[in-house]
Order: sequence, then C-alpha cells, then structure tokens
Amino acid sequence: MSGLLGVLAEAWSEVRVHKARVVLSLVGVFLAVFAMTSVTGLGLIVAQVQQEQAERSGGRAATIGLSAYDPMTGMPPDAARWEAALGGLLNRYGITTYATVGYGEGLFRLPGGTQSLQVTEVSPSYGPLHRIQPVAGRWLREGDRTSLSPALVVNEYLLDLLGGGPLTAPRTVVLGGPQPVTATVVGVVRDGYPQPTVYRVDRSGMDTGAAPAANPLGYGPPTLELWVPDDQADAVISAVQSDLPLALPGLEVQAYRQDSPGLAETLDTLRLAVRGAGAVVLLLGGLGVFNVGMMAVRQRIREIGIRRSFGATSARVFGAIMLESVVATVLAGLAAVALAVVVVRNLPLVDWFNNGVPIADEPGFPVQAAVEGLVAAAGVGALAGLLPALLAVRVKVIDAIRF
Amino acid sequence: MSQLQLTGIGREVRLPDGGVLPILTEVDLTVEAGEHVSIVGRSGSGKSTLLNVLGLLDSPTAGEYLLDGEPTDRLRGRRRARLRGECFGFVFQQFNLLPRRTAAENVAAPLLYARGREFLTRNRAAREVLERVGLGDRADQVPERLSGGEQQRVAIARALVRRPRVVLADEPTGALDVETGRAVMALLAEATAEQGTALVTITHDLAVAALADRQLRLEGGRLTPMAPVVAEVVP
Ligand SMILES: Nc1ncnc2c1ncn2[C@@H]1O[C@H](COP(=O)(O)OP(=O)(O)O)[C@@H](O)[C@H]1O
Ligand SMILES: [Mg+2]
Repeated sequence: MSGLLGVLAEAWSEVRVHKARVVLSLVGVFLAVFAMTSVTGLGLIVAQVQQEQAERSGGRAATIGLSAYDPMTGMPPDAARWEAALGGLLNRYGITTYATVGYGEGLFRLPGGTQSLQVTEVSPSYGPLHRIQPVAGRWLREGDRTSLSPALVVNEYLLDLLGGGPLTAPRTVVLGGPQPVTATVVGVVRDGYPQPTVYRVDRSGMDTGAAPAANPLGYGPPTLELWVPDDQADAVISAVQSDLPLALPGLEVQAYRQDSPGLAETLDTLRLAVRGAGAVVLLLGGLGVFNVGMMAVRQRIREIGIRRSFGATSARVFGAIMLESVVATVLAGLAAVALAVVVVRNLPLVDWFNNGVPIADEPGFPVQAAVEGLVAAAGVGALAGLLPALLAVRVKVIDAIRF
Repeated sequence: MSQLQLTGIGREVRLPDGGVLPILTEVDLTVEAGEHVSIVGRSGSGKSTLLNVLGLLDSPTAGEYLLDGEPTDRLRGRRRARLRGECFGFVFQQFNLLPRRTAAENVAAPLLYARGREFLTRNRAAREVLERVGLGDRADQVPERLSGGEQQRVAIARALVRRPRVVLADEPTGALDVETGRAVMALLAEATAEQGTALVTITHDLAVAALADRQLRLEGGRLTPMAPVVAEVVP
C-alpha cells in the first residue's frame, strides 16, 4: 500500500519539479486528446444537426410515404375510399403514428401586397413526426381541424412579411380567392430559409371531411406518412404494394421509404476517420514523450543511483519512471478534455451548422470520447515510458554515484 | 554479535581488455553497534569500493560479509534493496542531494521507500531531523541555494532519517573547506552517537579521522590498524 503511494508521490514530485520539460513533451499528447475529444464532440453535434435536418424533410426513422392517384387524371382517391382502404393496413401493423401532407397554394394578403405562396397542408401529427418545434406560439393540433379559421404555422421570414415578431398572440391573415377566409397564425418555426414557409392544418371547419384537393398546378397527390419501427419498414412497404392496389382498383399506388437510412453509417464513417487521425497524432505525441523520457533518464542517472542507495528496488525505479510518464500524459489528457469541453460548449455551433436553428435534442458532452482520450493518453504514457524505465533499471548504482 | 563482520573480503573487477584488477584483496573488518570507525587511504586505494560493499551497493568477489550475523551473499534484488534502505544511511563527498527539491523533501526521500507509519509521517520526521542538524529554518530551501556546509548537513539529516544501524560516509568533508568540514564532521559524529548509529567514515583528513573510536588504513587491498591520532597534534 505505502509502496504504491510511494511510487505515486515520487512520480508526482518528478512531474512537479520538471514542469517545463514535462509540459513541453506533452504538447503532442495534449493536442491529440484535444483534437480527438473536441472533434468527436463537434461530430456528434453536426451529426445531430444533420439528422434533425434530414428528419425535418424526410421524417424520422422509419417513415414510409404512401400515395395513390388515378394514372389517367392524376386525381387522388376520394377520402372515403382512401380511408377505408388504409384502415385495415394501419390496424394490421399497429401503426398509430401517421401524418398526411399535401401541397397547395394560397393567396396571402400581406401588408406589402397580395402574394401567392406554396402551402404545405399537414395533419397535426406531421409536427412530431418531423420534429418540428415552434420557436413561438404552438404547433397545429387536432382541435384546429374543427376551427372555422384555418390554423397556420409560418416561418420567421413570413412572420416578418406579416409585420414582424414577436408572436405573442395568434395573428390573422386573410387568404384571398373566390371565397376569402381569415386564417390564424398560431405558431412560428425557425428554419433559416429566406423564403416563406406555411404549414396549414389539412382540414378546417370550412371544408370538413374533404380530402386535400387535387392540385391543379401539378404538386402531385397528397402523401400519407407512416411511422413504423425500423425493422418493419420493408415488410410494410411490400404489404402496401401488394394489398393497397386490390382495395383501390385502377389506381396507381406508391410506397417508399422517405427518411435517409444511410445517415447513421455515414456518420459512423466520419467518426472512425476522426478517431484514426486522433490516434496518429497521439502516437506522434507519444514519440515526443518517449524522446524526452529517454533524455530525462540519462540526465538523472545520478539521481537514480541516489534513490537506489535509499533502498529503491528495481520495481520501484521502473514504476517511478513509468508512472511519471503516465501521470504526465494523463494530466495532459485531462487538460485537453477540459479545454475540449469549454470549446465545444462555447462555440456558436448552431449558427455555423444549422442556420441558427436550435437543436431539438442537443447531444450531451461526448463522455465516451473523453474517457477514450484519457485511456489512450495513459496508454501512450505507459508505452513511451517503457524504454526509459527499462534503461533506468539497468543503471549501475556505483557508477551513478561515483563523482 | 557485531553489526558488520567482514572476513577475507576481496573485490576484483574485470577490465575491458580481459585483465582482472584486484581492488580489495583480503579485508577483515568488524564494526560494533554504535561504533565510529574511520578509514584512511590514498586515492584509488579502494576506499569507495569497500564502502559500496559495506552498503550492499556492490558485492564482494571473495570472502564473507555478515550483516547482523546474517550472510549477505545470497541476498538479491528486492530483499537486498530493502535491507540496504533499512540498515544504512549514506553521506557522499558530493552531497548528492536531489536537485530542485527542498531540504525537507530531500530528507524525506528515503522514507518514500519505507512502509506504514514511517512512510506516512515522513514529512514531519524530515523536519525534526533538520532541526537536529540546525537547519530547521532552511527546510524549504532548495539545495541550489544552500552553502556546501549546509548541503552536507542536509545530507546527514537524510542519512539519519530512517534511523539506520550504520551510516557510511565517503569523504564527507572532501568538498568543504577545512573549518566547515570539521564542523560538519563533528555534527555527524555527534548525531550518530546520539541515536546509537554506527559510523564508518572514509577521509583524507587525519583530524577528521581522529574523531573516530578506531582508525584503519586501507593499503594494498587490506585494512591495517593505525596508531591512534590525536586531533590536537594536527595543525
Ligand atoms: N568498475 C570498475 N572498473 C574498473 N576499475 C574500477 C572500477 N571500480 C573501481 N575501479 C578502480 O579501482 C580503484 C579503486 O577505486 P575506489 O574504490 O573508487 O578508490 P578510492 O575511493 O579509494 O579513491 C581505482 O583505481 C578505480 O579506478
Ligand atoms: Mg572514493
């Protein structure tokens, strides 16, 4: 017990006394651990941003897009037929989360003049499926479907056109056309686009029960998005492709995976590359530690001899040099991890990578990367200390203390 | 039983050209507990070699060395190192303090290799011994800022801190001016006597040798008794 404490005390004293030398030799280790930890930390955030961006457009894993239309006219089936055909399918696979999305156009009477804008007509469930989180107000909800005033969620760009923020209370905007209606803006999202984005609840008191109108301008039929467990995705797609045409004779049915299943692999590859680069830098850093360690042992031959005269065993001499190397590299690793935490926490990453859109699920600090960095630093310290320690053990005491 | 008992000790070294150089040929020496023995001899006569053999830093090539009545020829590695740390304190001509570590740290250093209480209370013990050699107020100085005499007093404190049975001093005054050397030597003799530690001093200085209970001369690889020297007759 006191043997171990003794080795530790000795190693610490060495590191303390030879601060400058130790610090110099550790620059490489420090940089490597810092690079590994901070790049992994950044990588996780960038990955999350990528994932959330992908989810905002394609839906979460696994989202299946489903649409049907008459190949002759391009018209979707009427609501009753469509729902009857789908009901069985949803039940069979226990699919409880699904959303509809269709595209249309609306004439918005904005303070600066009337503009025709593309409108995304969605069911309230579209929000959670695409991880949309309003920065002000709220997302669409089931009750909006019975409201006489269609509920809208717009992006910040459009809010500016509507007179600017902040949105402290719902706002109205008149949608023109043959029968003008007053729509209500209930929420604002931040998507960073320099163009107006409008989500409109897919049904409202005005047109209850009606399926989204077929789009005369060629936006295509509305899509039903099904959210299913990843491993069921393929089964659901093939079931839909075989069953649905039977229920909807004469119609063309399309079913396809919408989210990006390759994303996880891409990110893993990225992480592997970063880790590989970090390992190389760490080895180079270790070479520096090794070099200085060898030099230090040569300079300290006399000191080693003196310690031998105190009764230091070979194991102690070996352990002290080795541990000195490890203590030093672990300290460098700790400092590097600490700096990485500070840097990753304080960089305006969201502004750089995500147009200032807040991240819905901000990843925590990469504890695993930090631990790996520390373990790697200790390993490099041990490796770099091995030869100097062996050299130290071979020092001949009587030669060392002879003046 | 004698503390150290050497009978017919020889030490020869193999030279790079294949020859053999006998340094010690037939050394007989007995050191009793608490005794102070001095050894004088010309430079190159093998005094340091003998001291290294005594302190288990080196092994003889012939003869028998009993430490507390136990033969030492079978001692290897760990046990040899342990026994060296427990039984002996060393004082060198060049002080051999650990550079850039304070006097207190230097004195505590041998206790890093001790166990239990001795290890845990090393810093307090170091300061106490520094008090005893009159350096209580310099405990936090690094050797580089101490005079030669002070450095050697730190080395003496360090040799005493584990309460060894024998202190081995290799020309402890060799790097000091005459006056400082004698003061340091007096301190060493007094401090070892005070704690009942035997002292083997190697020296050139007959006045230093005169402080010992017994004076021996190393010549031709053998030890011979010297006629007692009286300190006062040396100018
Ligand atoms: N390992 C060795 N190899 C060769 N010669 C040595 C070795 N050790 C000591 N010597 C020689 O042995 C002689 C005695 O050395 P030493 O014990 O240091 O003498 P002293 O301390 O009396 O001056 C010297 O001539 C020295 O050069
Ligand atoms: Mg000598």
